[in-house]
Amino acid sequence: MLHTLSVKQMSEKLHAGEISSVELTLHYLDRISKYDPELNAYVTVTPELALEMAREADERLKNGTAGILTGIPVAHKDIFCTDGVKTSCSSKMLDNFIAPYDAHVVTLLKKAGMPILGKTNMDEFAMGSSSESSYYGPTKNPWDLNAVPGGSSGGAAAVIAANLAPMATGTDTGGSIRQPASFCGITGIKPTYGTVSRFGIIAYASSFDQAGPMTRSAEESAWMLNAMSEFDQRDSTCLEMERPDFAASLGDSLDGLKVGVPAEYFGEGLDPEVEKIVKDAIAEIEKLGATTVSVSLPNKDLAVPSYYVLAPAEASSNLSRYDGVRFGYRCENPADLQDLYKRSRAEGFGAEVKRRIMVGAYALSAGYYDAYYLKAQRLRRMVRDDFTNAFEQCDVIMGPVAPTPAFNIGEKTDDPTSMYLADLYTIPVNLGGFPGMSVPAGFAKGRPVGLHIVGPYFSEAKLLNIGHQFQQVTDWHKQVPAQYQ
Amino acid sequence: MSWEVVIGLEIHAQLTTKSKIFSGASIAYGAAPNSQACAIDLGMPGMLPVVNHAVIGKGIALGIALNAELGKKQVFDRKNYFYPDLPKGYQTTQMDYPIVGKGYLDIDVDGETKRIGVTRAHLEEDAGKSNHGIVPGMTGIDLNRAGTPLLEIVSEPDLSSAQEAVAYARKMHELVTFLGICDGNMQEGSFRVDSNVSVRRPGEPLGTRAELKNINSFRFIEKAIEFEIERQIDLIESGGKVVQETRLYDSETNTTRSMRTKEEANDYRYFPCPDLLPVRITDEDIDAVKVTMPELPDAKRARYVAELGLSEYDAGVLTSSRAMAEYFESLYKHTGSKDAKVCANWITSDLAGALNKAGLDISESPITEEMLAGMITRILDDTISGKIAKQVFDAMWNGEGSADEIIEAKGLKQITDSGAIEALVDEVLAANPSQVEAYKGGQEKMLGYFVGQVMKASGGQANPGQVNKILKEKLSS
Repeated sequence: MLHTLSVKQMSEKLHAGEISSVELTLHYLDRISKYDPELNAYVTVTPELALEMAREADERLKNGTAGILTGIPVAHKDIFCTDGVKTSCSSKMLDNFIAPYDAHVVTLLKKAGMPILGKTNMDEFAMGSSSESSYYGPTKNPWDLNAVPGGSSGGAAAVIAANLAPMATGTDTGGSIRQPASFCGITGIKPTYGTVSRFGIIAYASSFDQAGPMTRSAEESAWMLNAMSEFDQRDSTCLEMERPDFAASLGDSLDGLKVGVPAEYFGEGLDPEVEKIVKDAIAEIEKLGATTVSVSLPNKDLAVPSYYVLAPAEASSNLSRYDGVRFGYRCENPADLQDLYKRSRAEGFGAEVKRRIMVGAYALSAGYYDAYYLKAQRLRRMVRDDFTNAFEQCDVIMGPVAPTPAFNIGEKTDDPTSMYLADLYTIPVNLGGFPGMSVPAGFAKGRPVGLHIVGPYFSEAKLLNIGHQFQQVTDWHKQVPAQYQ
Repeated sequence: MSWEVVIGLEIHAQLTTKSKIFSGASIAYGAAPNSQACAIDLGMPGMLPVVNHAVIGKGIALGIALNAELGKKQVFDRKNYFYPDLPKGYQTTQMDYPIVGKGYLDIDVDGETKRIGVTRAHLEEDAGKSNHGIVPGMTGIDLNRAGTPLLEIVSEPDLSSAQEAVAYARKMHELVTFLGICDGNMQEGSFRVDSNVSVRRPGEPLGTRAELKNINSFRFIEKAIEFEIERQIDLIESGGKVVQETRLYDSETNTTRSMRTKEEANDYRYFPCPDLLPVRITDEDIDAVKVTMPELPDAKRARYVAELGLSEYDAGVLTSSRAMAEYFESLYKHTGSKDAKVCANWITSDLAGALNKAGLDISESPITEEMLAGMITRILDDTISGKIAKQVFDAMWNGEGSADEIIEAKGLKQITDSGAIEALVDEVLAANPSQVEAYKGGQEKMLGYFVGQVMKASGGQANPGQVNKILKEKLSS
């Protein structure tokens, strides 16, 4: 069965001519039509585009211009604008939006020769931690159809876990790659802010948004990150520097690695089973030559409040362009301009998006700006400084990705605050712009649990190698839910 | 009891870049609606702004010219409000960290120099245009202008009359056009002046102001402010209160009327644009702009008076625009830098008159500085007289060729052969014996009569200086 191969094996067979990209792509399209109706992980499937690209990839494989990922299909989160394809951000607002351009990430992965299978489901405008706020309905967790896959890149995580795509793209604003990766038992990395161009990624909170790969193994993430990151002058926050070979360190020994373990990440609210899994994983990494050191992140509790002021503030402005005038949803028979604005936005946005727009607009409004926005910016710096200080004593920090394994669909939808608190370990990393990764580390009550590895700026290659070394001695990342094997 | 007038101006100068402030789309005026708006200008999902660095240099140039503090760190902010011609739902502008800080501009009113404070100048993007009435009952949105780079120049409320306000606006117009950072075209909206006008009794706190917007000529700005001052004084004196509002000027009736009051104003929810990093400028950046800056009007005027011996008036006219000054300087150079006064006179009188009559700018003059220099050279070397030169000038204006070609073709060369002039003088004196008697009897003003007769006899081509000299010699003998 083709989907049981690793990407490395697929690539070898493609290059050897044992299989074709068309064959591989058709295999995944088959699986999608068979399994996606119950998972709802794709918003749009693009068979024609996929097969056309697969044929082109096969040409390249024949004429010697193929790279390691040429011919390997990919699924893009529906936040990446894709030329000629509906790009909805899982919102009614953009249900009719066909992007006339590619996001830079899409351009790069097209260049790498990766056929596009489709667009994956997500929380509306990436606002959420469960993929339940999608206009197209929730995505289900392949490990347990009663559970959420996490969010906002829940569709991406689910398609990897259920073998409905070998590789997927995600974005992470407050944990949206790492938390679904943890919930679905896959590997995902959010690189240092500025590593991947945001051009063509529909903005949620610009100063946090960062794209990254979602795959089964750390090695595969390294290859994909190589393909999707380069300097892009169309994004002013994209770092103008040479990207390292993120796969170059795979194989380095972990001898002497200093792992920081923050006490604050193992406190109240952490599920004991999750705690044990994470501690066992750290012990496993110690066996590989690493040593642990206690570090402190004293301002951890300031992260969630800071984030839930700043991200909505940016979002309230970023989402102003959806006004019913030029594209996207427009209400029926507007009476006048105000009515057009009010009803188009009231009808086009879902509840969570509206909640964050209101919170954000409030935080920026005259008389509240200093108390909310400016104060939250100060907290953001304090949280960042916590990590900077900790990294003076250690090379990386490890802990849980989320306090629990995947929760049930509907469990937190009526309680936004408890949903927000599910991101308490991932958000601080976004506040500081640091790279962070989730690798599968075990199961609690039959649901996957990830190990969170966070490093200083530009330490992606190191994080990916730690994940890779861990995956050499464990097989959590190879587990596949029974019905999707 | 008297009233004190307090006026501050906000001037929007459109910068002369090729492309928009945050995208590569063209800013050329007059294109078909929405043909110059790219995905970034349209605020399409996922699109990001990138600063067009040409605008930074232009802002620095203005800052230097205004002797202002320059923002070493500039931050672009978002000003959030909904309007159909504002595609992103926010305008990107500079709030707390503008490119130009406090500076000043000296203006001259009634021979007095007054220093007007400039509070700040910041970079921002223009909005699009809403066109009402093209389609009945509908509003057309043209986003060609969306994203056009503007420099908003804010004055202190240091202006105390309509006359001063206009003098300041004109001076700023002169400055930005001289610097070449704005084309100054008020009809096309490249230079827009908003006036904040209030009145108060001397010694009292500032009165409530009204803002006059979108007036596209200096003359109307002056009239509008004058009307507004009268309106406010009349209103207060009759027991009313000025409300803070935006008023439109109607040039047909010479009145202002309310457009919107401030109660309807938005809370703009400014915050730093997270898509743009702060722009930092260094002393080297500033020096690099300095070396490319032209000599500024005030310095030029002073130099024309001190070094070239021109009158204040001529120096003023010649520096009224950069094109004018460049024409003059080129003309002066092409005539061998001999006689600035003659060059100035030809520009300020004949050329300016002809251009004005034809409705042309000096940059569009059919007589180039090289052509005019050719003619002036012939005046200075006595080939033609100043009077004949006017004929040559008219012929050049009509496209009949260069000065030399025209002089040759029309036989306008001045008679400088003293023998020929003597013969003409003898003829005239012989024909007017009674006038010669009168002159010799002490009526020396008769000399002018003789000069005129000799010139007439020569068909205007005799050198008037020589005629004078020979006549005097003959009459005193």
